Amino acid sequence: MTDIHTGDPREPVRITDTTLRDGSHAVRHQFTVPQVRDTVRALDRAGLQVIEVTHGDGLGGSSFNYGFSKVDEIELIAAAAQEATRARIACLLLPGVGTVEDMRRAADAGASVIRIATHCTEADVSIQHFTVARDLGLETVGFLMLSHRAGPQELARQGRIMVDAGCQCVYVVDSAGALILGEARDRVAALVAEVSPDAQVGYHGHQNLSLGVANSLLAYEAGARQIDGTLCALGAGAGNSPTEVLAAVFERLGVPTGLDTTAALSAADDVVRPFIGVPPLIERGSIVQGLVGVYSSFLKHAEQASERYGVPTADILRRVGEHGYVGGQEDMIIDVALRLRAEHDSAGLVGARG
Amino acid sequence: MTATAAIVGSGNIGTDLMKKLLRRDDIELRYLVGVDPASDGLARGREAGLEVSSGGVDWLLDLPELPDLVFEATSASAHLANAPRYAEARMRCIDLTPAAVGPYVVPVVNLEQHLDAPNINMITCGGQATIPMVAAVSAVTPVGYAEIVASIASRSAGPGTRANIDEFTQTTARAIESVGGATRGKAIIVLNPVEPPMIMRDTVFCAISPDADRDAISASVVAMVERVQRYVPGYRLMADPQFDDPRDGWNGQARVTVLLQVTGAADYLPAYAGNLDIMTAAAAQVGAELSVRSLGVSA
Repeated sequence: MTDIHTGDPREPVRITDTTLRDGSHAVRHQFTVPQVRDTVRALDRAGLQVIEVTHGDGLGGSSFNYGFSKVDEIELIAAAAQEATRARIACLLLPGVGTVEDMRRAADAGASVIRIATHCTEADVSIQHFTVARDLGLETVGFLMLSHRAGPQELARQGRIMVDAGCQCVYVVDSAGALILGEARDRVAALVAEVSPDAQVGYHGHQNLSLGVANSLLAYEAGARQIDGTLCALGAGAGNSPTEVLAAVFERLGVPTGLDTTAALSAADDVVRPFIGVPPLIERGSIVQGLVGVYSSFLKHAEQASERYGVPTADILRRVGEHGYVGGQEDMIIDVALRLRAEHDSAGLVGARG
Repeated sequence: MTATAAIVGSGNIGTDLMKKLLRRDDIELRYLVGVDPASDGLARGREAGLEVSSGGVDWLLDLPELPDLVFEATSASAHLANAPRYAEARMRCIDLTPAAVGPYVVPVVNLEQHLDAPNINMITCGGQATIPMVAAVSAVTPVGYAEIVASIASRSAGPGTRANIDEFTQTTARAIESVGGATRGKAIIVLNPVEPPMIMRDTVFCAISPDADRDAISASVVAMVERVQRYVPGYRLMADPQFDDPRDGWNGQARVTVLLQVTGAADYLPAYAGNLDIMTAAAAQVGAELSVRSLGVSA
């Protein structure tokens, strides 16, 4: 099939692969050094310029609350940095979870891009981290998580705070996989209007409502020049926009990515798919996350609480959505499950009396 | 006689603390000092009959009669500059900033050991809320690792907290170890902008031996909650302590989870700001105990 684009040469877009960070959620943070080395080698061969490697919840995320890493993330980052010949290694940092000390350790291990993530209305907690990142000479990216929770103008205002602090690219991050087409496009457009040409804009999509790739294309049309994906969609919730699909679609659109689509397909099917077990699914739990706007990485924790307390995963996630819990509040899933069980028990008692 | 006291810093924390101290008869608050003549806190202090000034610490130190105690409610950098001057003037200091000049203190855990300390640090809001629980578990069984998650309303996180969020996690983690008794501590803070604002929530996870006495741990936690409630009435357990058997990745350890909520007294700050309330309530409690037990008696 030929390129469907017939106009002027298209501006390039940089795909960042986050299989080894967002994908960490899907494997409960159990990545091993050989898996990281094999994945980085395959991504590097496919032409990825940036590969993110960190615990799913960012530097310092290994914990009771988010799940302990099988292998220390600094060891994984170092292995990734050794393996990459062209690609640069990125790390995620959530202020409040990780610290600038974690950032220094990651940089010492070979990371050269830092992606600093805040809830979409709390950008000012990242100022100290952007300041240090630039002092360390790291390339900087800002993540406005759960971007569906703020309108385009508020997101633009928050993006400006990050850019003024030293952020070189602000992402609309659809952490809940909740944005639908125009909602994604309008947010990207508002950020581009605010921060361009001081900084780029990026888009990070999830598949909870099956729109990760479609939203990414609209984001590109609206001016986003960095897009995230993961091999085999490995990621939180129903997973991410698949890197190999992004490579294929942008190729057909004639948008330069620098990627070798055939090599990206091989990275997905020959390297990652064999070790991931059951890939993320678009099913009841993850669809509810997209529907009510719940942070995608809550899924596995809700499944665990469902099993522990005998209440349905989807009910837990709906309740989490009603309370408006944000990324990082995984502990509240236990609280919600206990409450649902108590409600269930008292309803049962009423029924018995009746 | 009770000890006399001054508050330095007339912002949210200083003003909320003022209201709490004015209610107590075991400490005599006389002065409220700020740097902004237009501050709402100073106006309220004046109405309450305090001597107030926007002349800062210089004004305080020039007073003919210095107070016994000074509560520092400014910033870490301001306290680092002020602390030696208080010490020189022989004023005891209770520090509500993260400067950590003096030892970390949680009133129900380790105040006994620091009744004579010239400078006492109140750690962080999350530390005041969670360290009593870590200590309650540690009192029954060794805690190799304790982790806390503090969630606060965005509206209750001031510019100081936002600019220095790493100080929160690092200071709290250290105090979980040195005051709570865990071998290793970790702290996480989350800001949530939901409307209406969420009331402060805190979760404490402790790694414990699989054969630790779970009934004894629960009893210790419940007893400690009651002790904290004496100075923070809005402090409560949201569920019985939850025990989980060892899982993959826990190094053979079991886990106890304590789910807490801290509703503020709404003295100056709204009730959702339990994080600020527990700080000022704990500082007022330390001040009163020092007043009664190591200052006022000799006056």
